Amino acid sequence: MKIIVCAKQVPDTNEVKIDPVKGTLIRDGVPSILNPDDANALEAALELKDKSADVSVAVLSMGPPQATYMLRECLAMGADEAYLLSSRTFGGADTCATSTTIAAGIRTIGAYDIIFAGRQAIDGDTAQVGPQTAQRLGIPSVTYVQKIREIKDGSIIVERQLEDGYEVIEVKTPCLLTAVKELNTPRYMSVSSIEDAYKAEVNIWDENNVNLKAEDCGLKASPTQILRSFAPAPKGKGEILTGTNTEMAVSLVGKLQELHVI
Amino acid sequence: MAVKIINDKCKGCTKCVKECPFDAITMIEKIANIGPKCTNCGACVDVCPFGAIENVQVDKKGEVDITLYHDVWVFMEQRDGELAKVSVELLGEGGRLAKEIGCKLAAVLCGDKVDNLVSEIFEYGADKVYYANAPELKSYNTDAYNKAIYEAILKYKPEVVLLGATHVGRDLGPCLAVQCGTGLTADCTKLEIDPENKQLQQTRPAFGGNLMATILIPNHRPQMATVRPGVMEKPVKKAGAKGELIDLTVEFKDGDIRTKVLEIVKGLTEVVSLTDAKVIVSGGRGLQSGDHTPEEGFALLKQLADKLGGVVGSSRAAVDAGWIDHSHQVGQTGTTVKPTIYFACGISGAIQHLAGMQNSGYIVAINKNDGAPIFDVADFGLVGDLYKVVPELIEALG
Repeated sequence: MKIIVCAKQVPDTNEVKIDPVKGTLIRDGVPSILNPDDANALEAALELKDKSADVSVAVLSMGPPQATYMLRECLAMGADEAYLLSSRTFGGADTCATSTTIAAGIRTIGAYDIIFAGRQAIDGDTAQVGPQTAQRLGIPSVTYVQKIREIKDGSIIVERQLEDGYEVIEVKTPCLLTAVKELNTPRYMSVSSIEDAYKAEVNIWDENNVNLKAEDCGLKASPTQILRSFAPAPKGKGEILTGTNTEMAVSLVGKLQELHVI
Repeated sequence: MAVKIINDKCKGCTKCVKECPFDAITMIEKIANIGPKCTNCGACVDVCPFGAIENVQVDKKGEVDITLYHDVWVFMEQRDGELAKVSVELLGEGGRLAKEIGCKLAAVLCGDKVDNLVSEIFEYGADKVYYANAPELKSYNTDAYNKAIYEAILKYKPEVVLLGATHVGRDLGPCLAVQCGTGLTADCTKLEIDPENKQLQQTRPAFGGNLMATILIPNHRPQMATVRPGVMEKPVKKAGAKGELIDLTVEFKDGDIRTKVLEIVKGLTEVVSLTDAKVIVSGGRGLQSGDHTPEEGFALLKQLADKLGGVVGSSRAAVDAGWIDHSHQVGQTGTTVKPTIYFACGISGAIQHLAGMQNSGYIVAINKNDGAPIFDVADFGLVGDLYKVVPELIEALG
């Protein structure tokens, strides 16, 4: 069985701070990480590999050349092959254009049974590239997968998370599944494999390698355009209540009553 | 649009380098150079004192004749024959947008014999209802819903399609957008119409809420957006209002539907309706403090919530630590809330959390650390141990 995992290198948004004067992002020193949901996607693939020797796992990403570090992490966790789609032509892509490029990368890798992706990346939070890639490949997708129940011949039974529970879905293979964090706990890299991962080859492909025309990639193929971006308006500083715990509590209740909200 | 440097005008002042939120600009031979990280946000255009940066129109592929597209559509999500709250909210918002554009508001409803919902949708202000009625559409199914609505979009050509940013809308929206070859903006928190060209301006948070971006879909139709639940106002129901009902005939062939829903299981935990709550009492990492266990902490917060007729929420940290079910999570990856009063207890106020609650009426922060970012958004700050302050509050409420 061949599994392809889609992964993205993202800035750790927990570490992103706002410049209080300019209202812009301070990205200096913000670490780049494997997107958390994608780590769950990779773990799901690796668990299937643990169970059966005939499973091979390829990891595919799109991004700047430094994303190879993240791909080597994936190799050190246990993936067999790594591919990076990297070209200036891919720059400025929205989810629609990104899914075209990812789908072309998957086609170039070749036949597959399952594609795993994370539900969403923490820098954009759109959750769109996974299902859009499946559409482009003409395969069914299930998003928000929280459990894999059974792999059958020609189909998979999974649990799909809902706001108030879950649904059990049988999906025909090949298919694309997007992982949520409840699916599993990602493993760490093993010490012995780290060295191998740094020697392993990461295949770097541009648009020509995946048979795409430049006009089908990046900004030119993106229906959405950013009109402007801005820092959210900060809220005015509130009031810090003082005194003993009892005094603060009484004061707060009094103020909320004055405002007629309790 | 694409941002370009006009080399002759650039004086090498580096203002744009400092302004760029994406670190995309570098100086090459004392002239600004825009690198591949550029998202064309335009922040540099405004800051350049020499007019050396311009936003130029890029010839785009696959443009459509946008004059053929009319009306604002809202996808009506229904479960067990009940409309999702966000769909009703979107009828209110969609009605406002339709008025500004000068077009009709239409709803798209899929289901199996949910005819009773049609009159309800008219009462919430829809001028038209497109109704796909088939056993295959009883509950949400990606392939089935995608086919029914895609065919309707092809035939009737709406200019705007809005969906709730729910687990259903965020599954259906991306598939439909690719089929239609158009753009989709995820998780919008604000929608506006440009008064001049009637384009939809879609504003959404990015980078975990650190940055807001306003997005356009200028040359493709329909302009699609998913909208966060709880952000838009629910419209007032007008009893007896009527509109035009259009039946969508959908035929499913073998192979059209490749996924099968075997079972739907409701959550075993209490149903938390964070979006409806007037009062939310949330706990975070600070619940683990000294001898106190997080379980004890959430029980204490529940007491306060019960006292005020509210519900218990949590930060992502508390969910990740396994202290409470994810259905309680408030924030960027959880639920966006705007209760009348939001209590943040032992929550430091990570930007992702703030993104999900900062529009609350009044925010009360209780935290030991007086430097916690939560105090920057709080209307009332109580610096202290929540295990001492919260019991006092319960006491003071009588």
